[in-house]
Amino acid sequence: MKLHDVVEILDAKLLIGEDRHRELEVKTAFSADLMSDVLAFAKSGSLILTGLTTPQVVRTASILDAAALIIVRGKIPSGETLQLARELDIPVLSTRYILFETSGRLYANGIVGCVEKIGGTRDGEP
Amino acid sequence: MSRAYEKTFPVEGDNFDNAGTASIEIKKILKDLRIDEDVLRKTAIAVYESELNIISYARSGNITLYVDDDTINIDVEDEGPGIEDIDLAMQPGYSTATEHIRQMGFGAGMGLYNIKSCSDLFEISSTPNVGTRLKIIIKRNGR
Repeated sequence: MKLHDVVEILDAKLLIGEDRHRELEVKTAFSADLMSDVLAFAKSGSLILTGLTTPQVVRTASILDAAALIIVRGKIPSGETLQLARELDIPVLSTRYILFETSGRLYANGIVGCVEKIGGTRDGEP
Repeated sequence: MSRAYEKTFPVEGDNFDNAGTASIEIKKILKDLRIDEDVLRKTAIAVYESELNIISYARSGNITLYVDDDTINIDVEDEGPGIEDIDLAMQPGYSTATEHIRQMGFGAGMGLYNIKSCSDLFEISSTPNVGTRLKIIIKRNGR
């Protein structure tokens, strides 16, 4: 689906990414409030769902080539975080749904985890 | 590419505001060198984790990137408390991070383990109260 559809499904605010949300295709996601785990387990091109709003979340997304950041639980990142997202070209959405609901609603609409479980992946990578 | 590329990035301890800036610059350099995407991602993660380690635990440090035709080499050295028990520090989940580091979503004890997972060669040495050195090599043609 397109990032635009994600905005609709999550009744989200698109904070950064106005120029790209209609074209950007997304298929997978990773949810965590631990950036250490995002770095260890998330794959490039995935949505990152988190309740953290620090600039480090944006830098982590950039390092991983994440598709977009989805900030859950109604949090709005600071101007500094959003400015960095604009500079690094990372779309940012904010949804009032909690992390569980956000993940569930996306899954119900066809988005899957970028890794199914640790020690085994969907695409058969080691 | 026929000429090798080398650059050193100084990293200041405890400066969380800038955490990741050296890594993002290194990633951009590697992208310009047309490094393969998967190799680029592994290198970026290894450098970012290394940068976060310096900021989280050391007074200061340097990350040196050296790229030749076959490999990406990252040398990390810091001045700081060092690591008493390297085997323990390598264990996933073992961490000495402060509450401040954890509030930012880091310090979950995955850093060194994650660097090793991303590397084709990984060496670590440390002297308590002096500092820690990492030698990371990632092959440019994948595995």
